Amino acid sequence: MKITFPHMGSSPIAFRMMIEKLGHQVVMPLRPNEKTLSLGSHYSPEFACIPFKILLGTYLEAIKRGAEMIITSGGMGPCRAGYYGVLHEKILKDLGYDIDFVVLEPPQKKAVNFIKKLSKITRSNSLSVVWDALSTAWQKLKVLDLIEALSYEIRPREAVKNETTNVMEECYKLIDRAWTKEEIKESLDRCTKMLKAVKTKDSIKPLKVGIIGEIYVVLEPAANFDIQRMLGDMGVLARRSIYLADWTKDNTFFKGEEHIKKAAKPYLQELVGGHGTLSVGNTVLYAKEGYDGIIQLAPFACIPEIVSKSILGKVTSDLDIPLLTLFIDEQTGKAGVKTRLEAFVDLMQSRRNHKREALA
Amino acid sequence: MKIGIPRTLTYYAYLPLWKGFFEALGCEVVVSDKTSKGILDKGVEYAVNDACIPIKLFHGHVYNLKERVDFLFVPRLLNLTREKTVTYCPKFLGLADMVRASMPGLPPLLDFRIDLRKKRKERQREFKRMATLLGVRPAEVDRAFRRAQRKMSRTLKDLSGKGNPEEVLGILTEDTRNVLLPPQPITLAVVGYPYLLYDDFVNAGLISKLHKMGVRVLTPEMVPEKTLKRKAKSLPKDLFWTFSNQVVRGAIHYIDDGEVDGIIHVTAFGCGPDSMVGKLIELEAKQKTVPYICISLDEHTGEAGVLTRLEAFVDMLKYRRDKQ
Repeated sequence: MKITFPHMGSSPIAFRMMIEKLGHQVVMPLRPNEKTLSLGSHYSPEFACIPFKILLGTYLEAIKRGAEMIITSGGMGPCRAGYYGVLHEKILKDLGYDIDFVVLEPPQKKAVNFIKKLSKITRSNSLSVVWDALSTAWQKLKVLDLIEALSYEIRPREAVKNETTNVMEECYKLIDRAWTKEEIKESLDRCTKMLKAVKTKDSIKPLKVGIIGEIYVVLEPAANFDIQRMLGDMGVLARRSIYLADWTKDNTFFKGEEHIKKAAKPYLQELVGGHGTLSVGNTVLYAKEGYDGIIQLAPFACIPEIVSKSILGKVTSDLDIPLLTLFIDEQTGKAGVKTRLEAFVDLMQSRRNHKREALA
Repeated sequence: MKIGIPRTLTYYAYLPLWKGFFEALGCEVVVSDKTSKGILDKGVEYAVNDACIPIKLFHGHVYNLKERVDFLFVPRLLNLTREKTVTYCPKFLGLADMVRASMPGLPPLLDFRIDLRKKRKERQREFKRMATLLGVRPAEVDRAFRRAQRKMSRTLKDLSGKGNPEEVLGILTEDTRNVLLPPQPITLAVVGYPYLLYDDFVNAGLISKLHKMGVRVLTPEMVPEKTLKRKAKSLPKDLFWTFSNQVVRGAIHYIDDGEVDGIIHVTAFGCGPDSMVGKLIELEAKQKTVPYICISLDEHTGEAGVLTRLEAFVDMLKYRRDKQ
């Protein structure tokens, strides 16, 4: 069976290994580009958010390249993304594609269902093979997150432009080749060393920005114009609050994020779905940790993020931290985003200078 | 004591419940004025610009009430149906926090958390909080809520099988509107959230326009609850939102029934749940070859634009029928 899955940041590297270890062929989802988006938008409801459109485009491209089964995740709402699997399947069927669509719903609701669906993928593999596939994929996912996070720390201080980005390309290749537990661990060590070897100017004290918002546009560089890298190239240290491995862990078997929800509580008392509550909570936390600014990323018409945006105005004025909200849709262009980022960086820089003068 | 209820959103669906509840507690219920340009303008001024028009209108209605009531009723509505997996649109869930953050000078909000999935004990805690806010005993709140629930379910029974939207509106909200029912060559299912269908201002008089064209209009509220429940099975997974489920199930009922000549989906610009709802209805209608259009409303919706689209649609339906 030829299997494909959504493209989300660097995670396809880990999912490819998992599915190949289970004896399937993988149709690697391509990094989404403008063509993917316009293909997806063509068949999507007008007001579906950009993740819906990009995913539909990715699926259509993968089907053309021979995919027979699509694996994706479900959800329990109230964010509509939890319903995307159902609607994607209906749209693809309406277009005449007879494709196997496996939507993995969070296991804590209907554990039996989850295992049944999983068995569609695990087939007749022995338990030890399945365990190896799942655990190494999980390990790889975590390694990818760690390396990516490290690159954002180094890039704003790099002495030679683009060096971090070049090293990262090598890193991804290395991690992609690692197949066993030991190899993956070794790849982490080697990548860490390679990144730490990047020459940096340590005198630079970069501006610090916290990135919050909806998971897909925060994680997928193709949807957010590689904003973290763009900021890094401007010499800004941009950290984000969501990483795929952590998020999966917090939202399946384990309960995490409690401290973030607690931070949001004075402003937003209800879980509004998606990442709305976390956006508010993380803003409070970043502000208290002395960040210079917050950037909220969300798809256009994203319901939970609209709720959090309307509250963030008060939060950021209470805590005195600047906020830039970017709602992204198929009309958003890179140049427009860059201009807004540059203006925002200037603003943060002048605030910092003022504060320093006030202290002196 | 005066309790303010904004004349939008849940007003058009659950007024008997809210009114029954507060009146059983001996409070006076004050409803905001009918939606007008002034109310809309205030809403646009205070709400976040990315919000849909119902949320903006809600801000406008809150503004309209805030000077003349002791408390504002802005419930955190999570679940009223006992269906385990459903709740309301995220914007409804965050409503109290949104108005609180964006509008100064509000009277105290009654942000009563209503979740019928929760155990009695947890509900009791909410009743207690409510009782302290209102200065009554918790047992009274409990009793009032149960009495209001009975009133609400009686109202729902009265609704099913009603002939026209005016009657539905009358039963739900005691608002009266003139009924014009000329000969009816065409029957249309008009589906959408109650706060869009029954608010004459926001939908530019859509339903009365259809009546003037001699169209019989059926809405999801007229479908008996049992039928709606049965129709739930035609989707692989329920939507997460109570109102959306009602719209999709109602629409599927009318499409399957074969009684209607066409279906109109009324939605708000940028409505998140409706991007799913609309596509589901569209695909279903396509399969059963029932003509379908979607009319999207926003703060710039004009009478002429709506009228032109309705006329074109109805003309097409008449032509289609004559040909058959």
